[in-house]
Amino acid sequence: MDEILEILEKDGCATAQDIAKMLKKKPENIKQAIKKYEKEGVILGYKAMINKELIKDAGSRVRALIEVNITPQKDLGFEKIAERIYSFPEVTSCYLISGTYDLLLIVEGKDLHSVAGFVSEKLAPLENIRGTATHFLLKKYKEDGVVLKHREENKRIAISY
Amino acid sequence: MKNIISTKVKNMQPSGIRAFFDLVLGMKEVISLGVGEPDFVTPWQIREAGIYSLEQGYTSYTSNKGLYKLRLGLNRFLKSEYGVEYCPDEEMLITVGVSEGLDLALRALLNPGDKILIPTPCYVSYGPMTELAGGEPVYIDTSKDGFKLKPGVLEKHIDKKVKGIILNYPANPTGVSYTRKELEEIKKILLKHGLICIVDEVYADLTYDFEHTCFASLKGAKNNTVYLNGFSKSYAMTGWRVGFACGPKEIIAAMTKIHQYSIMCVPITSQMAACEALQAGRRSVEEMKREYKRRREYIIGELNRIGLVCSKPQGAFYAFATLKKTGMSSMEFCQKLLKEQKVAIVPGTAFGENTKDYIRISYASSLDNLKEAISRIETFLKNKK
Repeated sequence: MDEILEILEKDGCATAQDIAKMLKKKPENIKQAIKKYEKEGVILGYKAMINKELIKDAGSRVRALIEVNITPQKDLGFEKIAERIYSFPEVTSCYLISGTYDLLLIVEGKDLHSVAGFVSEKLAPLENIRGTATHFLLKKYKEDGVVLKHREENKRIAISY
Repeated sequence: MKNIISTKVKNMQPSGIRAFFDLVLGMKEVISLGVGEPDFVTPWQIREAGIYSLEQGYTSYTSNKGLYKLRLGLNRFLKSEYGVEYCPDEEMLITVGVSEGLDLALRALLNPGDKILIPTPCYVSYGPMTELAGGEPVYIDTSKDGFKLKPGVLEKHIDKKVKGIILNYPANPTGVSYTRKELEEIKKILLKHGLICIVDEVYADLTYDFEHTCFASLKGAKNNTVYLNGFSKSYAMTGWRVGFACGPKEIIAAMTKIHQYSIMCVPITSQMAACEALQAGRRSVEEMKREYKRRREYIIGELNRIGLVCSKPQGAFYAFATLKKTGMSSMEFCQKLLKEQKVAIVPGTAFGENTKDYIRISYASSLDNLKEAISRIETFLKNKK
């Protein structure tokens, strides 16, 4: 992977200037490369990772992992039905998986009822859906490589040979 | 209680910058570019192997030489990485970091009055360890040669009393390293005079611009080389204290003799973790190296921009910058910078003669820290004008 992407994947805030200094290239070239990645859809966006458990008025959101069994369509396979499913705003992630089930969804709602309602009223009745299994998330420990806890204190001594 | 301390120890020079270190350690919220160890935590799979070994009840002594599987792992690693083969039974010893390896080598080799050549600036322990072992350190100032030992300069320092040299590359504090060709030149002279090369290659995995050459891999050098390395820098394992010494059978046997009485063996937990490092840690080494390399580009560019001139180090994680433009001595600079901007840096004078115009900046620190430190140093320099 290009080092520009490696840097940005770790720190989306890294500026073209900083990246240029780290890779010993011209800032303009870095800017151009990033633009290109954005245009090609390699870089899809930038966002902050927020630990919502620490925010009082964030409003509690409920998340569930939902396994979905579907009958693939002739010529289209899973694509069409997956598109119908991931287009719902409640669905924050959607994966095709191997094993007993076909799709794995992450669904978010304001409470248990709204997620349950989404499953029973929107998802389950869809054509080609043979069954679902819903698992509500109880606690987040780590997400996308980030452990959700306070920054740890520096454990090194401040000066050494 | 007069004369309670031995004359030898009493005569050891206390480090001139101990007081400065205490000052740093007593201060809060200091941004430190003064640290001689990685800022990464030991990769999890290595830590986990240490924990697992404890759970399994591995809490005993090991063989004096160290766990056989660790020596075997090292034998394979050195063969594949450098094409050097050391027999795990007779030519290898697991030590408490490179520090112990160095101590053992010096004690095993030196008779009173024997001289050891030490290119400076150098890591702080080389001189004092030589003296403790009964030897006499002969320092070779490399400050005029870009901190590289030149073959001609080396040869000038050799006389009948010289037994060997301590060579460290990539070097702490300068980051200087040597190409194979340069090492060949040094080797030729050492072999010509029958000298032993005690080589500290603990930063070998952090070589950025060319392939690291293991000194023992040079043709004909192995019989005159005591090769020291460890897990501290490559795998971010400083606190585990695991190093290793490889060399001719006779020297390793002598070193093992001392080691068995003074240390017995390296803690088994650390040795178990080190085995895992060799098995699964190489990917982490590569990742950390890429990160250091990026920081190197960043910090060297920035230091030169703000007037702290330094050339690009080829390895380790240090920049050795000159203060000549500032008109301050390194101690003055470091003390004032600490007081005024709360940035900690090690004065060059810690590392030998002719270094009062230099500071050692460690870039084993996050980019955020490096950026903040540079901005504070810049403010500091502007205020001094």
